[in-house]
Amino acid sequence: MIELLSRERCIGCNQCVAVCPTNVFEASPESIPAIARKSDCQTCFMCELYCPVDALYVAPFAEKEAPADEADLAASGLLGSYRADVGWGKGRTSTASADESYIIFQRMHASH
Amino acid sequence: MTEENIRYRADVLVIGGGPAGTWAAIRAAQEGASVVLVDKGYCGTSGATAPSGTGVWYVNPNPKEREEAMQSREALGGYLADRAWMRRVLDRTYANVNQIAKWGYPFPIDETGTSHRKSLQGPEYMKLMRKQVLRAGVRILDHCPALELLADDDGVAGATGIHTPTRETWRVDAAAVVIASGGCAFLSKALGTNVLTGDGYLLAAEAGAELSGMEFSTAYSLAPVFSPVTKSAFYTWATFYYEDGRVIEGAGSQRGRSVIARTLLKEPVYARLDKADEVVRKAMRRAQPNFFLSFDRLGIDPFTQKFQVTLRFEGTVRGTGGIHIVDETCATRVPGLYAAGDAATRELICGGFTGGGSHNAAWAMSSGYWAGEAAARYAAKLGANASKRQAGGLSRYSGIPVRPAERRGASDTSDIVKAVQDEVFPYDKNWFRSGPRLNQSLNRLHDAWNEVKAGLAAGDGNVVRVREAAAMTATARWMLTSALARSETRGMHRREDFPTQDPAQHYRLISSGLERIEVRPLPQEQQHPAVKEASL
Repeated sequence: MIELLSRERCIGCNQCVAVCPTNVFEASPESIPAIARKSDCQTCFMCELYCPVDALYVAPFAEKEAPADEADLAASGLLGSYRADVGWGKGRTSTASADESYIIFQRMHASH
Repeated sequence: MTEENIRYRADVLVIGGGPAGTWAAIRAAQEGASVVLVDKGYCGTSGATAPSGTGVWYVNPNPKEREEAMQSREALGGYLADRAWMRRVLDRTYANVNQIAKWGYPFPIDETGTSHRKSLQGPEYMKLMRKQVLRAGVRILDHCPALELLADDDGVAGATGIHTPTRETWRVDAAAVVIASGGCAFLSKALGTNVLTGDGYLLAAEAGAELSGMEFSTAYSLAPVFSPVTKSAFYTWATFYYEDGRVIEGAGSQRGRSVIARTLLKEPVYARLDKADEVVRKAMRRAQPNFFLSFDRLGIDPFTQKFQVTLRFEGTVRGTGGIHIVDETCATRVPGLYAAGDAATRELICGGFTGGGSHNAAWAMSSGYWAGEAAARYAAKLGANASKRQAGGLSRYSGIPVRPAERRGASDTSDIVKAVQDEVFPYDKNWFRSGPRLNQSLNRLHDAWNEVKAGLAAGDGNVVRVREAAAMTATARWMLTSALARSETRGMHRREDFPTQDPAQHYRLISSGLERIEVRPLPQEQQHPAVKEASL
């Protein structure tokens, strides 16, 4: 579930409001967006991928809440880690080009 | 009649912006149609594909590989698939995936220079598809769930709905409609599926369309117990353990999944991917970044540490049932209404057993392409005034409310959702089925349906919740009524009271109706919707 929208990092672009498939975020005319409907979060991690400044953190729990500490997350490199993994963002290359599913398929095929 | 805040006219309305919907929209636009695509969430992130990675049934067009591909799952599917449709989907998928490469999708190239095209990374694929939809001139309305179809005496003529963030209403008058809104996973939180609540089935049923194969809806995927990330294939390399560390004999990700389900009924199950060697470990990480995300964030090494697993329900998303299509254009029996992707039945290529992501991805891009093309041609035939009909909303025929009840004491949508989940999630009701238990479940579901009809309150006042609860209740009733009618074990449908396949039931089952649900075998001559070879 979504656990963090960093006030420090957020630039108010409202991308998360736009891309969240379950409408978890709420835009605000004067301020940065808010996590308005946390219980609707389906833990799909898509908002993290579209956040240009790595201001969001989705904990990997489908059901339970797990308060997150921004400083800890930043220190452990978890803020923005998924976006880095898929190679999205300035100066990065999409890791779709490094997809080794074909090796998995070859191995699965061989074992049948 | 209330006046909608947002109004558009189009030749073709596509409901759903996942793989099937985006392919439908692009193809319809290529045919010269004006197209509006509405998505319940956001076209590009919505649905089961976007947050995941998916295999694709992409097979080189040489006779040996194609024959092997078609043969591989025929027995598993209970011989309900259709070779002519498989051939046609393999051809279409091959062409479409190559088109995706031309659009710039970065398929991996190995050291021999071979481009590998049997896998798509969901975020990358759906970002690209959104771009192509916009480039084709399609108008996308995000966060716009459809609440009811519009129709007149001549057929379907558009839809109305709501813009979730502002609660403004929208209306799109269109000559033809493609339903591509996905399957139904009953809010199980399986990755990306919480927008997939069977909404399209309900819309189609209100218009008089039928469903097919709804008994093949017992898909459960392996996932860490805490996590939404379902990726059963990786558990090919897992050993499964009891809490005390003993190995669970016979447990496995494919045929051994029933053993896991039976064990989970009594006690927790743990897994460790300890059969993966270095090459596979590295390949897994590169194949599915999101699979490792959960583990990395918790500091678990799934190759060396045991973690508790569960089987998360994926309903018809990974089942094979859906809206019945009557010909090679993916038309329903209702004029002007087409179905594609997981919203439509996938029995034509999978029979009664899921082909997994690979077949579903192939089916989505093929059926979407055909449905979009046919909808555009249908609209062209109707002429320019087809979207100016005086069409009315169809929920008035079903009596299912399209707004929350205001009276006190009405059941809340969350009560209905819980009641429905209680009949479809448990392994001892839905994985292992039996006549008496199905009857008990159906009685409770019929009660739930009566509560739906009486009107539901929505905790947050959101009308979408009411339609979702109604759609899930209806879907569960079609599923279990079909399951009761199929008194045998075939494909993924397992009856403990009829544990073998019955040659006399080698047919597909059509279900229909909302108030009273009817199930009938599909007559032999209609088993194979005609495929014109020229239309490949």
